[in-house]
Amino acid sequence: MLVISWWLHLKMLAVSAFEGVFQVIWPLFFATTAFLVYRQADDPQVMVYAGLGAAVMGIWSVIATTASGVLQRERWLGTLELLVASPTRFALILVPITTAMATLGLYSLGSTLLWGWLLFDISVPVADPFLFVVSVVASILSIALIGFLLSVSVVRYRTAWALGNLLEYPGWLLCGFLVPLTLFPTWAAWISYVLPPTWGMEAIRLSASGDSPWAQVLVCLGLGIVYGAVGALLSETVLRSARRHATLSLT
Amino acid sequence: MSVIEARDLRRSYRTRTGLWKREKKVVEAVRGVSFAVEQGELFGLLGPNAAGKTTTIKMLITLLLPTSGSASVLGHDVVDDAREVRRHIGYVFGGDRGLYERLNALDNLRYFAELYGVPAREQKQRIGALLELVGLTGREKERTEGFSRGMRQRLHIARGLLHDPEVLFLDEPTIGIDPVGARELRATIGTLKGQGKTILLTTHYMFEADELCDRIAVIRAGELVAEGTPATLKQRVTGGHVMEVETFGMPESAVAAVRSLAGVSTAAVEERGQAQVLLVQVGPGAEVTSAVLGCLGGVNVGRVSSREPTLEDAYVELVSGQ
Repeated sequence: MLVISWWLHLKMLAVSAFEGVFQVIWPLFFATTAFLVYRQADDPQVMVYAGLGAAVMGIWSVIATTASGVLQRERWLGTLELLVASPTRFALILVPITTAMATLGLYSLGSTLLWGWLLFDISVPVADPFLFVVSVVASILSIALIGFLLSVSVVRYRTAWALGNLLEYPGWLLCGFLVPLTLFPTWAAWISYVLPPTWGMEAIRLSASGDSPWAQVLVCLGLGIVYGAVGALLSETVLRSARRHATLSLT
Repeated sequence: MSVIEARDLRRSYRTRTGLWKREKKVVEAVRGVSFAVEQGELFGLLGPNAAGKTTTIKMLITLLLPTSGSASVLGHDVVDDAREVRRHIGYVFGGDRGLYERLNALDNLRYFAELYGVPAREQKQRIGALLELVGLTGREKERTEGFSRGMRQRLHIARGLLHDPEVLFLDEPTIGIDPVGARELRATIGTLKGQGKTILLTTHYMFEADELCDRIAVIRAGELVAEGTPATLKQRVTGGHVMEVETFGMPESAVAAVRSLAGVSTAAVEERGQAQVLLVQVGPGAEVTSAVLGCLGGVNVGRVSSREPTLEDAYVELVSGQ
Protein backbone atom coordinates (compact mmCIF):
# COMPACT_ATOMS: atom_id res chain seq x y z
CA MET A 1 0.00 0.00 0.00
CA LEU A 2 2.77 2.41 0.99
CA VAL A 3 4.77 1.89 -2.20
CA ILE A 4 1.83 2.16 -4.59
CA SER A 5 0.47 5.22 -2.78
CA TRP A 6 3.90 6.85 -2.91
CA TRP A 7 4.19 6.09 -6.62
CA LEU A 8 0.74 7.44 -7.48
CA HIS A 9 1.28 10.64 -5.51
CA LEU A 10 4.68 11.08 -7.11
CA LYS A 11 2.98 10.62 -10.47
CA MET A 12 0.48 13.35 -9.61
CA LEU A 13 3.21 15.75 -8.55
CA ALA A 14 5.51 14.93 -11.44
CA VAL A 15 2.92 15.57 -14.16
CA SER A 16 2.35 19.13 -12.97
CA ALA A 17 4.43 21.57 -15.01
CA PHE A 18 3.92 24.25 -12.38
CA GLU A 19 5.21 22.11 -9.55
CA GLY A 20 8.07 20.91 -11.73
CA VAL A 21 9.17 24.49 -12.26
CA PHE A 22 8.60 25.21 -8.60
CA GLN A 23 10.79 22.30 -7.49
CA VAL A 24 13.64 23.02 -9.89
CA ILE A 25 13.83 26.76 -10.50
CA TRP A 26 12.62 28.29 -7.29
CA PRO A 27 15.44 26.91 -5.07
CA LEU A 28 17.93 28.22 -7.65
CA PHE A 29 17.09 31.83 -6.83
CA PHE A 30 18.08 31.35 -3.21
CA ALA A 31 21.10 29.25 -4.14
CA THR A 32 22.27 32.00 -6.51
CA THR A 33 21.98 34.59 -3.75
CA ALA A 34 24.02 32.37 -1.43
CA PHE A 35 26.68 31.72 -4.10
CA LEU A 36 27.01 35.44 -4.85
CA VAL A 37 27.46 36.22 -1.15
CA TYR A 38 29.95 33.43 -0.47
CA ARG A 39 31.94 34.18 -3.63
CA GLN A 40 33.23 37.29 -1.91
CA ALA A 41 35.33 35.08 0.39
CA ASP A 42 37.36 33.94 -2.61
CA ASP A 43 37.88 30.52 -1.02
CA PRO A 44 36.99 27.32 -3.01
CA GLN A 45 36.30 25.43 0.24
CA VAL A 46 33.73 28.02 1.26
CA MET A 47 32.04 27.63 -2.14
CA VAL A 48 31.83 23.85 -1.63
CA TYR A 49 30.28 24.52 1.79
CA ALA A 50 27.76 26.86 0.18
CA GLY A 51 27.10 24.47 -2.75
CA LEU A 52 26.17 21.55 -0.49
CA GLY A 53 24.23 23.79 1.90
CA ALA A 54 22.20 25.40 -0.89
CA ALA A 55 21.35 21.99 -2.33
CA VAL A 56 19.89 20.67 0.93
CA MET A 57 18.31 24.06 1.60
CA GLY A 58 16.25 23.53 -1.57
CA ILE A 59 14.94 20.19 -0.30
CA TRP A 60 14.01 21.75 3.02
CA SER A 61 12.21 24.65 1.34
CA VAL A 62 10.27 22.42 -1.02
CA ILE A 63 9.12 20.03 1.66
CA ALA A 64 8.51 22.53 4.47
CA THR A 65 6.31 24.71 2.26
CA THR A 66 4.49 22.08 0.24
CA ALA A 67 3.98 19.31 2.81
CA SER A 68 1.92 21.59 5.01
CA GLY A 69 -0.19 22.50 1.99
CA VAL A 70 -0.70 18.96 0.76
CA LEU A 71 -3.79 18.22 2.82
CA GLN A 72 -5.25 21.55 1.92
CA ARG A 73 -4.99 20.40 -1.69
CA GLU A 74 -6.82 17.19 -0.75
CA ARG A 75 -9.52 19.38 0.80
CA TRP A 76 -9.89 21.36 -2.42
CA LEU A 77 -10.09 18.18 -4.45
CA GLY A 78 -12.76 16.80 -2.13
CA THR A 79 -10.64 13.71 -1.50
CA LEU A 80 -9.72 14.39 2.14
CA GLU A 81 -13.04 13.03 3.37
CA LEU A 82 -12.64 9.95 1.18
CA LEU A 83 -9.18 9.31 2.63
CA VAL A 84 -10.51 9.65 6.17
CA ALA A 85 -13.51 7.43 5.34
CA SER A 86 -11.18 4.58 4.33
CA PRO A 87 -10.19 1.95 6.91
CA THR A 88 -6.43 2.62 6.54
CA ARG A 89 -4.82 4.48 9.44
CA PHE A 90 -4.57 8.13 8.60
CA ALA A 91 -0.86 8.27 9.37
CA LEU A 92 -0.22 5.52 6.83
CA ILE A 93 -2.13 7.52 4.22
CA LEU A 94 -0.07 10.64 4.88
CA VAL A 95 3.43 9.15 4.92
CA PRO A 96 3.50 8.17 1.21
CA ILE A 97 2.17 11.61 0.28
CA THR A 98 4.92 13.49 2.10
CA THR A 99 7.53 10.96 0.99
CA ALA A 100 6.51 11.57 -2.64
CA MET A 101 7.15 15.25 -2.07
CA ALA A 102 10.51 14.52 -0.52
CA THR A 103 11.42 12.39 -3.51
CA LEU A 104 10.64 15.32 -5.73
CA GLY A 105 13.00 17.33 -3.52
CA LEU A 106 15.79 15.31 -5.18
CA TYR A 107 15.18 17.38 -8.30
CA SER A 108 16.08 20.54 -6.43
CA LEU A 109 19.19 18.87 -5.00
CA GLY A 110 20.39 17.89 -8.45
CA SER A 111 19.48 21.17 -10.10
CA THR A 112 21.20 23.24 -7.40
CA LEU A 113 24.44 21.24 -7.65
CA LEU A 114 24.32 21.51 -11.44
CA TRP A 115 23.57 25.23 -11.29
CA GLY A 116 26.52 25.83 -8.95
CA TRP A 117 28.82 23.84 -11.22
CA LEU A 118 27.70 25.47 -14.48
CA LEU A 119 27.47 29.09 -13.40
CA PHE A 120 29.75 29.40 -10.39
CA ASP A 121 32.28 26.70 -11.17
CA ILE A 122 31.58 24.98 -7.87
CA SER A 123 32.74 21.43 -8.11
CA VAL A 124 31.66 19.41 -5.07
CA PRO A 125 34.16 16.60 -4.47
CA VAL A 126 32.44 13.49 -3.15
CA ALA A 127 35.04 11.29 -1.48
CA ASP A 128 32.64 8.44 -0.72
CA PRO A 129 29.67 8.37 -3.14
CA PHE A 130 27.94 5.51 -1.29
CA LEU A 131 28.00 7.26 2.07
CA PHE A 132 27.05 10.52 0.34
CA VAL A 133 23.92 8.88 -1.10
CA VAL A 134 23.13 7.30 2.29
CA SER A 135 23.41 10.72 3.92
CA VAL A 136 21.21 12.38 1.29
CA VAL A 137 18.55 9.66 1.58
CA ALA A 138 18.59 9.90 5.40
CA SER A 139 18.21 13.68 5.17
CA ILE A 140 15.32 13.44 2.72
CA LEU A 141 13.53 10.81 4.81
CA SER A 142 13.88 12.81 8.00
CA ILE A 143 12.73 16.03 6.30
CA ALA A 144 9.75 14.08 4.90
CA LEU A 145 8.84 13.01 8.44
CA ILE A 146 8.92 16.65 9.57
CA GLY A 147 6.66 17.38 6.61
CA PHE A 148 4.37 14.57 7.80
CA LEU A 149 4.13 16.18 11.24
CA LEU A 150 3.31 19.55 9.65
CA SER A 151 0.67 18.07 7.38
CA VAL A 152 -1.11 16.42 10.32
CA SER A 153 -1.91 19.82 11.80
CA VAL A 154 -3.66 20.90 8.59
CA VAL A 155 -6.32 18.23 9.12
CA ARG A 156 -7.70 20.20 12.02
CA TYR A 157 -6.71 23.77 11.18
CA ARG A 158 -7.39 24.89 7.63
CA THR A 159 -4.88 27.72 7.68
CA ALA A 160 -2.08 25.67 9.21
CA TRP A 161 -0.56 25.36 5.73
CA ALA A 162 1.03 28.78 6.42
CA LEU A 163 3.13 27.09 9.10
CA GLY A 164 5.38 25.70 6.41
CA ASN A 165 6.16 29.16 5.04
CA LEU A 166 6.81 30.36 8.57
CA LEU A 167 9.37 27.61 9.22
CA GLU A 168 11.20 27.89 5.92
CA TYR A 169 13.70 30.69 6.65
CA PRO A 170 14.39 29.82 10.31
CA GLY A 171 15.11 26.29 9.05
CA TRP A 172 17.79 27.61 6.70
CA LEU A 173 19.63 29.16 9.61
CA LEU A 174 18.98 26.66 12.37
CA CYS A 175 19.87 23.58 10.31
CA GLY A 176 23.25 25.01 9.40
CA PHE A 177 22.71 24.92 5.66
CA LEU A 178 24.64 28.11 5.01
CA VAL A 179 25.83 29.37 8.39
CA PRO A 180 27.95 27.29 10.79
CA LEU A 181 26.12 26.47 14.01
CA THR A 182 29.12 27.64 16.03
CA LEU A 183 28.14 31.22 15.21
CA PHE A 184 24.83 30.87 17.06
CA PRO A 185 24.23 31.43 20.78
CA THR A 186 24.05 28.23 22.82
CA TRP A 187 20.25 28.33 23.19
CA ALA A 188 19.82 28.47 19.42
CA ALA A 189 22.26 25.60 18.93
CA TRP A 190 20.07 23.42 21.16
CA ILE A 191 17.14 24.02 18.83
CA SER A 192 19.37 23.05 15.91
CA TYR A 193 20.30 19.79 17.58
CA VAL A 194 16.68 18.60 17.71
CA LEU A 195 16.16 19.28 14.00
CA PRO A 196 17.03 16.19 11.90
CA PRO A 197 18.25 18.20 8.85
CA THR A 198 21.05 19.65 11.03
CA TRP A 199 22.45 16.15 11.38
CA GLY A 200 21.65 15.23 7.80
CA MET A 201 23.55 18.29 6.55
CA GLU A 202 26.49 17.41 8.73
CA ALA A 203 26.44 13.81 7.44
CA ILE A 204 26.41 15.01 3.83
CA ARG A 205 29.39 17.30 4.43
CA LEU A 206 31.34 14.58 6.25
CA SER A 207 30.71 11.97 3.53
CA ALA A 208 31.67 14.45 0.81
CA SER A 209 34.98 15.12 2.56
CA GLY A 210 35.67 11.41 3.19
CA ASP A 211 34.90 11.24 6.92
CA SER A 212 32.50 8.73 8.44
CA PRO A 213 28.97 10.14 8.66
CA TRP A 214 27.33 7.12 10.36
CA ALA A 215 26.80 8.73 13.77
CA GLN A 216 25.15 11.78 12.15
CA VAL A 217 23.07 9.56 9.83
CA LEU A 218 21.77 7.56 12.78
CA VAL A 219 20.92 10.66 14.83
CA CYS A 220 19.24 12.19 11.76
CA LEU A 221 17.12 9.07 11.16
CA GLY A 222 16.42 8.63 14.89
CA LEU A 223 15.15 12.18 15.22
CA GLY A 224 13.13 11.77 12.03
CA ILE A 225 11.49 8.67 13.48
CA VAL A 226 10.66 10.61 16.66
CA TYR A 227 8.98 13.34 14.56
CA GLY A 228 7.14 10.66 12.61
CA ALA A 229 6.00 8.90 15.81
CA VAL A 230 4.74 12.19 17.28
CA GLY A 231 2.89 12.84 14.01
CA ALA A 232 1.37 9.35 14.04
CA LEU A 233 0.21 9.72 17.64
CA LEU A 234 -1.14 13.19 16.97
CA SER A 235 -2.89 12.17 13.77
CA GLU A 236 -5.61 10.13 15.49
CA THR A 237 -6.24 12.86 18.09
CA VAL A 238 -6.27 15.58 15.46
CA LEU A 239 -8.56 13.54 13.23
CA ARG A 240 -11.03 13.03 16.06
CA SER A 241 -10.95 16.76 16.72
CA ALA A 242 -11.59 17.43 13.02
CA ARG A 243 -14.58 15.07 13.12
CA ARG A 244 -15.86 16.85 16.21
CA HIS A 245 -15.41 20.35 14.75
CA ALA A 246 -16.47 19.39 11.22
CA THR A 247 -13.38 20.81 9.53
CA LEU A 248 -12.74 17.95 7.09
CA SER A 249 -14.92 19.24 4.29
CA LEU A 250 -14.33 22.95 4.82
CA THR A 251 -12.12 24.63 2.27
CA MET B 1 -30.49 -6.46 14.24
CA SER B 2 -30.89 -3.68 11.68
CA VAL B 3 -28.00 -2.99 9.31
CA ILE B 4 -28.11 0.77 9.94
CA GLU B 5 -29.50 2.19 13.15
CA ALA B 6 -29.69 5.84 14.15
CA ARG B 7 -30.91 6.56 17.66
CA ASP B 8 -31.81 10.13 18.55
CA LEU B 9 -28.88 11.46 16.51
CA ARG B 10 -28.10 15.12 17.04
CA ARG B 11 -25.47 17.33 15.53
CA SER B 12 -24.87 21.02 16.03
CA TYR B 13 -22.28 23.32 14.47
CA ARG B 14 -20.73 26.40 15.99
CA THR B 15 -20.34 29.37 13.70
CA ARG B 16 -18.94 32.82 14.25
CA THR B 17 -20.11 36.05 12.70
CA GLY B 18 -18.64 39.55 12.66
CA LEU B 19 -15.08 40.80 12.36
CA TRP B 20 -14.35 42.74 15.55
CA LYS B 21 -17.18 41.79 17.80
CA ARG B 22 -17.43 38.13 16.98
CA GLU B 23 -20.64 36.41 17.92
CA LYS B 24 -20.85 32.68 18.37
CA LYS B 25 -23.91 30.93 17.08
CA VAL B 26 -24.93 27.31 17.41
CA VAL B 27 -26.77 25.80 14.47
CA GLU B 28 -28.63 22.56 15.12
CA ALA B 29 -28.35 20.69 11.83
CA VAL B 30 -29.77 17.36 13.01
CA ARG B 31 -32.22 17.25 15.91
CA GLY B 32 -32.95 13.81 17.21
CA VAL B 33 -33.13 11.62 14.13
CA SER B 34 -33.96 7.94 14.62
CA PHE B 35 -34.47 5.28 11.98
CA ALA B 36 -33.43 1.76 11.08
CA VAL B 37 -32.55 0.21 7.73
CA GLU B 38 -32.87 -3.54 7.27
CA GLN B 39 -30.72 -5.97 5.32
CA GLY B 40 -31.06 -5.54 1.55
CA GLU B 41 -33.29 -2.51 1.87
CA LEU B 42 -32.96 0.66 -0.17
CA PHE B 43 -33.83 3.48 2.20
CA GLY B 44 -34.31 7.03 0.96
CA LEU B 45 -33.64 10.14 3.00
CA LEU B 46 -35.46 13.06 1.41
CA GLY B 47 -35.44 16.68 2.34
CA PRO B 48 -34.81 20.19 1.03
CA ASN B 49 -31.38 21.84 1.09
CA ALA B 50 -29.95 22.27 4.61
CA ALA B 51 -32.47 19.81 6.04
CA GLY B 52 -29.69 17.70 7.59
CA LYS B 53 -29.44 14.82 5.08
CA THR B 54 -25.71 15.06 4.42
CA THR B 55 -24.92 15.72 8.08
CA THR B 56 -26.84 12.56 9.00
CA ILE B 57 -24.98 10.52 6.39
CA LYS B 58 -21.61 11.93 7.49
CA MET B 59 -22.27 10.85 11.06
CA LEU B 60 -23.17 7.37 9.85
CA ILE B 61 -20.03 7.03 7.74
CA THR B 62 -17.83 8.25 10.62
CA LEU B 63 -16.77 11.60 9.13
CA LEU B 64 -18.57 13.56 11.83
CA LEU B 65 -19.01 12.84 15.51
CA PRO B 66 -22.61 13.17 16.73
CA THR B 67 -23.18 15.85 19.36
CA SER B 68 -25.43 13.32 21.11
CA GLY B 69 -27.31 10.16 20.34
CA SER B 70 -25.78 7.08 18.79
CA ALA B 71 -25.66 5.13 15.57
CA SER B 72 -24.37 1.81 14.38
CA VAL B 73 -23.71 0.10 11.08
CA LEU B 74 -23.75 -3.71 11.02
CA GLY B 75 -23.65 -3.56 14.81
CA HIS B 76 -20.48 -1.43 14.94
CA ASP B 77 -20.75 1.88 16.72
CA VAL B 78 -19.89 4.78 14.42
CA VAL B 79 -17.92 6.59 17.16
CA ASP B 80 -16.15 3.83 19.07
CA ASP B 81 -15.66 1.37 16.24
CA ALA B 82 -15.16 3.73 13.30
CA ARG B 83 -12.50 1.69 11.52
CA GLU B 84 -14.67 -1.44 11.49
CA VAL B 85 -17.60 0.59 10.13
CA ARG B 86 -15.37 1.99 7.36
CA ARG B 87 -14.29 -1.50 6.34
CA HIS B 88 -17.85 -2.50 5.51
CA ILE B 89 -19.31 0.58 3.90
CA GLY B 90 -19.00 2.42 0.60
CA TYR B 91 -19.62 6.14 0.28
CA VAL B 92 -20.50 7.94 -2.93
CA PHE B 93 -21.41 11.59 -3.16
CA GLY B 94 -22.61 13.70 -6.06
CA GLY B 95 -20.78 16.53 -7.77
CA ASP B 96 -17.51 17.19 -9.53
CA ARG B 97 -15.08 16.74 -6.66
CA GLY B 98 -13.57 13.69 -5.03
CA LEU B 99 -11.21 12.52 -7.76
CA TYR B 100 -7.50 12.96 -8.42
CA GLU B 101 -7.65 15.03 -11.58
CA ARG B 102 -4.09 14.32 -12.66
CA LEU B 103 -4.50 10.58 -12.43
CA ASN B 104 -6.38 8.43 -14.88
CA ALA B 105 -9.48 6.50 -13.87
CA LEU B 106 -7.53 3.28 -13.40
CA ASP B 107 -5.00 4.88 -11.04
CA ASN B 108 -7.79 6.56 -9.07
CA LEU B 109 -9.35 3.14 -8.54
CA ARG B 110 -6.01 1.47 -7.81
CA TYR B 111 -5.25 4.01 -5.10
CA PHE B 112 -8.53 3.50 -3.29
CA ALA B 113 -8.29 -0.28 -3.77
CA GLU B 114 -5.01 -0.08 -1.84
CA LEU B 115 -6.56 2.07 0.89
CA TYR B 116 -9.39 -0.43 1.28
CA GLY B 117 -7.01 -3.36 1.41
CA VAL B 118 -8.19 -5.10 -1.75
CA PRO B 119 -5.58 -7.85 -2.34
CA ALA B 120 -3.27 -7.04 -5.27
CA ARG B 121 -4.17 -10.28 -7.11
CA GLU B 122 -7.89 -9.37 -7.01
CA GLN B 123 -7.53 -5.72 -7.94
CA LYS B 124 -7.23 -6.10 -11.69
CA GLN B 125 -10.26 -8.35 -12.02
CA ARG B 126 -12.35 -6.27 -9.56
CA ILE B 127 -11.50 -2.95 -11.21
CA GLY B 128 -12.22 -4.40 -14.68
CA ALA B 129 -15.62 -5.67 -13.55
CA LEU B 130 -16.52 -2.34 -11.95
CA LEU B 131 -15.47 -0.35 -15.01
CA GLU B 132 -17.74 -2.62 -16.99
CA LEU B 133 -20.58 -2.13 -14.51
CA VAL B 134 -20.41 1.67 -14.70
CA GLY B 135 -19.76 1.77 -18.44
CA LEU B 136 -16.24 3.19 -18.36
CA THR B 137 -14.42 0.30 -20.02
CA GLY B 138 -12.03 1.72 -22.61
CA ARG B 139 -11.80 5.11 -20.86
CA GLU B 140 -9.77 3.94 -17.87
CA LYS B 141 -6.44 5.25 -19.19
CA GLU B 142 -7.75 8.82 -19.55
CA ARG B 143 -7.06 11.44 -16.92
CA THR B 144 -10.19 12.24 -14.95
CA GLU B 145 -9.73 16.00 -15.47
CA GLY B 146 -11.23 15.46 -18.93
CA PHE B 147 -14.22 13.44 -17.67
CA SER B 148 -17.78 14.73 -17.94
CA ARG B 149 -19.84 15.00 -14.78
CA GLY B 150 -21.68 11.80 -15.64
CA MET B 151 -18.43 9.90 -16.14
CA ARG B 152 -17.07 11.24 -12.87
CA GLN B 153 -20.18 10.14 -11.07
CA ARG B 154 -19.93 6.66 -12.54
CA LEU B 155 -16.29 6.50 -11.49
CA HIS B 156 -17.37 7.52 -7.98
CA ILE B 157 -19.77 4.59 -7.91
CA ALA B 158 -16.98 2.24 -9.01
CA ARG B 159 -14.71 3.65 -6.29
CA GLY B 160 -17.38 3.14 -3.66
CA LEU B 161 -17.76 -0.52 -4.66
CA LEU B 162 -14.08 -1.47 -4.86
CA HIS B 163 -14.05 -3.41 -1.61
CA ASP B 164 -17.47 -4.97 -2.26
CA PRO B 165 -19.10 -3.23 0.72
CA GLU B 166 -22.21 -4.63 2.33
CA VAL B 167 -23.67 -1.19 2.91
CA LEU B 168 -23.68 1.75 0.50
CA PHE B 169 -24.29 5.39 1.31
CA LEU B 170 -25.23 7.40 -1.77
CA ASP B 171 -25.48 11.14 -1.16
CA GLU B 172 -27.36 12.74 -4.07
CA PRO B 173 -25.53 10.57 -6.64
CA THR B 174 -27.50 11.82 -9.65
CA ILE B 175 -27.22 15.53 -8.93
CA GLY B 176 -26.31 17.56 -12.00
CA ILE B 177 -26.32 14.60 -14.38
CA ASP B 178 -28.26 14.68 -17.65
CA PRO B 179 -31.49 12.62 -17.78
CA VAL B 180 -29.97 9.75 -19.76
CA GLY B 181 -26.95 9.52 -17.45
CA ALA B 182 -29.20 9.71 -14.39
CA ARG B 183 -31.38 6.93 -15.74
CA GLU B 184 -28.32 4.71 -16.29
CA LEU B 185 -27.14 5.49 -12.77
CA ARG B 186 -30.53 4.59 -11.36
CA ALA B 187 -30.35 1.31 -13.27
CA THR B 188 -26.92 0.68 -11.68
CA ILE B 189 -28.33 1.40 -8.23
CA GLY B 190 -31.18 -0.99 -8.98
CA THR B 191 -28.64 -3.67 -9.95
CA LEU B 192 -26.79 -3.16 -6.66
CA LYS B 193 -30.01 -3.52 -4.75
CA GLY B 194 -30.66 -6.71 -6.69
CA GLN B 195 -27.28 -7.99 -5.48
CA GLY B 196 -28.49 -7.64 -1.89
CA LYS B 197 -26.65 -4.47 -0.90
CA THR B 198 -28.19 -2.35 1.80
CA ILE B 199 -28.37 1.20 0.49
CA LEU B 200 -29.07 4.55 2.07
CA LEU B 201 -29.82 7.12 -0.62
CA THR B 202 -30.40 10.84 -0.33
CA THR B 203 -31.96 12.68 -3.22
CA HIS B 204 -34.03 15.70 -4.16
CA TYR B 205 -35.76 13.87 -6.97
CA MET B 206 -39.08 12.39 -5.96
CA PHE B 207 -39.49 10.17 -9.01
CA GLU B 208 -36.06 8.73 -8.24
CA ALA B 209 -37.06 7.94 -4.67
CA ASP B 210 -40.40 6.59 -5.86
CA GLU B 211 -38.70 4.34 -8.42
CA LEU B 212 -35.88 3.04 -6.24
CA CYS B 213 -36.70 3.17 -2.54
CA ASP B 214 -38.37 0.52 -0.43
CA ARG B 215 -38.88 3.03 2.35
CA ILE B 216 -38.47 6.76 2.63
CA ALA B 217 -37.88 9.13 5.52
CA VAL B 218 -38.54 12.83 5.01
CA ILE B 219 -36.29 15.17 6.97
CA ARG B 220 -37.11 18.81 7.56
CA ALA B 221 -35.01 21.27 9.56
CA GLY B 222 -33.07 18.41 11.15
CA GLU B 223 -36.08 16.36 12.18
CA LEU B 224 -37.79 13.37 10.58
CA VAL B 225 -41.32 14.39 9.73
CA ALA B 226 -42.49 11.20 8.04
CA GLU B 227 -41.35 7.68 7.34
CA GLY B 228 -42.87 4.89 5.31
CA THR B 229 -43.09 3.25 1.92
CA PRO B 230 -43.63 5.54 -1.11
CA ALA B 231 -47.21 4.25 -1.27
CA THR B 232 -47.84 5.09 2.40
CA LEU B 233 -46.51 8.61 1.94
CA LYS B 234 -48.61 9.12 -1.16
CA GLN B 235 -51.69 8.10 0.81
CA ARG B 236 -51.20 11.18 2.94
CA VAL B 237 -52.42 13.25 0.02
CA THR B 238 -54.66 10.80 -1.78
CA GLY B 239 -58.37 11.12 -1.56
CA GLY B 240 -58.15 14.62 -2.97
CA HIS B 241 -56.57 16.02 -6.09
CA VAL B 242 -53.97 18.59 -7.09
CA MET B 243 -54.93 21.70 -9.01
CA GLU B 244 -52.18 23.35 -11.06
CA VAL B 245 -52.58 26.96 -12.13
CA GLU B 246 -50.00 28.51 -14.44
CA THR B 247 -49.53 32.19 -13.51
CA PHE B 248 -47.26 35.06 -14.42
CA GLY B 249 -46.33 37.49 -11.63
CA MET B 250 -47.88 35.72 -8.66
CA PRO B 251 -47.87 37.82 -5.43
CA GLU B 252 -47.40 36.09 -2.05
CA SER B 253 -50.62 37.67 -0.80
CA ALA B 254 -52.60 35.71 -3.41
CA VAL B 255 -50.95 32.44 -2.32
CA ALA B 256 -51.88 33.20 1.28
CA ALA B 257 -55.46 33.89 0.21
CA VAL B 258 -55.63 30.53 -1.61
CA ARG B 259 -54.23 28.73 1.43
CA SER B 260 -57.00 30.14 3.59
CA LEU B 261 -59.77 28.78 1.37
CA ALA B 262 -61.98 26.00 2.72
CA GLY B 263 -61.12 22.66 1.11
CA VAL B 264 -57.51 23.64 0.35
CA SER B 265 -54.92 21.52 2.19
CA THR B 266 -51.79 23.29 1.00
CA ALA B 267 -50.72 25.76 -1.65
CA ALA B 268 -47.20 26.29 -2.94
CA VAL B 269 -45.61 28.04 -5.88
CA GLU B 270 -43.12 26.34 -8.21
CA GLU B 271 -41.02 28.32 -10.69
CA ARG B 272 -41.13 26.86 -14.22
CA GLY B 273 -39.24 29.10 -16.61
CA GLN B 274 -41.03 32.42 -16.89
CA ALA B 275 -44.15 31.06 -15.20
CA GLN B 276 -45.02 30.41 -11.58
CA VAL B 277 -47.17 27.33 -11.15
CA LEU B 278 -49.52 27.40 -8.19
CA LEU B 279 -49.89 23.88 -6.79
CA VAL B 280 -53.05 23.56 -4.73
CA GLN B 281 -53.76 20.35 -2.86
CA VAL B 282 -57.49 20.00 -2.60
CA GLY B 283 -59.22 17.90 0.05
CA PRO B 284 -61.55 14.97 -0.85
CA GLY B 285 -64.83 16.07 -2.39
CA ALA B 286 -63.98 19.78 -2.34
CA GLU B 287 -64.48 21.97 -5.45
CA VAL B 288 -62.35 25.07 -5.21
CA THR B 289 -61.56 26.02 -8.83
CA SER B 290 -63.72 29.17 -8.92
CA ALA B 291 -62.62 30.24 -5.46
CA VAL B 292 -58.92 29.80 -6.31
CA LEU B 293 -59.26 31.76 -9.56
CA GLY B 294 -61.17 34.40 -7.60
CA CYS B 295 -58.13 34.87 -5.35
CA LEU B 296 -55.98 35.52 -8.43
CA GLY B 297 -57.72 38.70 -9.58
CA GLY B 298 -55.24 40.88 -11.47
CA VAL B 299 -52.79 37.99 -11.98
CA ASN B 300 -52.17 36.73 -15.53
CA VAL B 301 -53.43 33.17 -15.54
CA GLY B 302 -52.45 30.55 -18.12
CA ARG B 303 -53.34 26.89 -18.17
CA VAL B 304 -55.43 25.38 -15.35
CA SER B 305 -55.39 21.62 -14.80
CA SER B 306 -56.17 18.94 -12.25
CA ARG B 307 -54.32 15.68 -11.57
CA GLU B 308 -53.83 12.82 -9.11
CA PRO B 309 -51.38 13.47 -6.24
CA THR B 310 -47.79 12.21 -6.56
CA LEU B 311 -45.04 11.48 -4.07
CA GLU B 312 -43.74 14.95 -4.80
CA ASP B 313 -47.01 16.42 -3.58
CA ALA B 314 -46.68 14.43 -0.38
CA TYR B 315 -43.11 15.68 -0.06
CA VAL B 316 -44.13 19.31 -0.63
CA GLU B 317 -46.79 18.99 2.01
CA LEU B 318 -44.35 17.47 4.47
CA VAL B 319 -41.45 19.85 3.98
CA SER B 320 -43.61 22.95 3.83
CA GLY B 321 -44.75 22.06 7.34
CA GLN B 322 -48.45 22.22 6.77
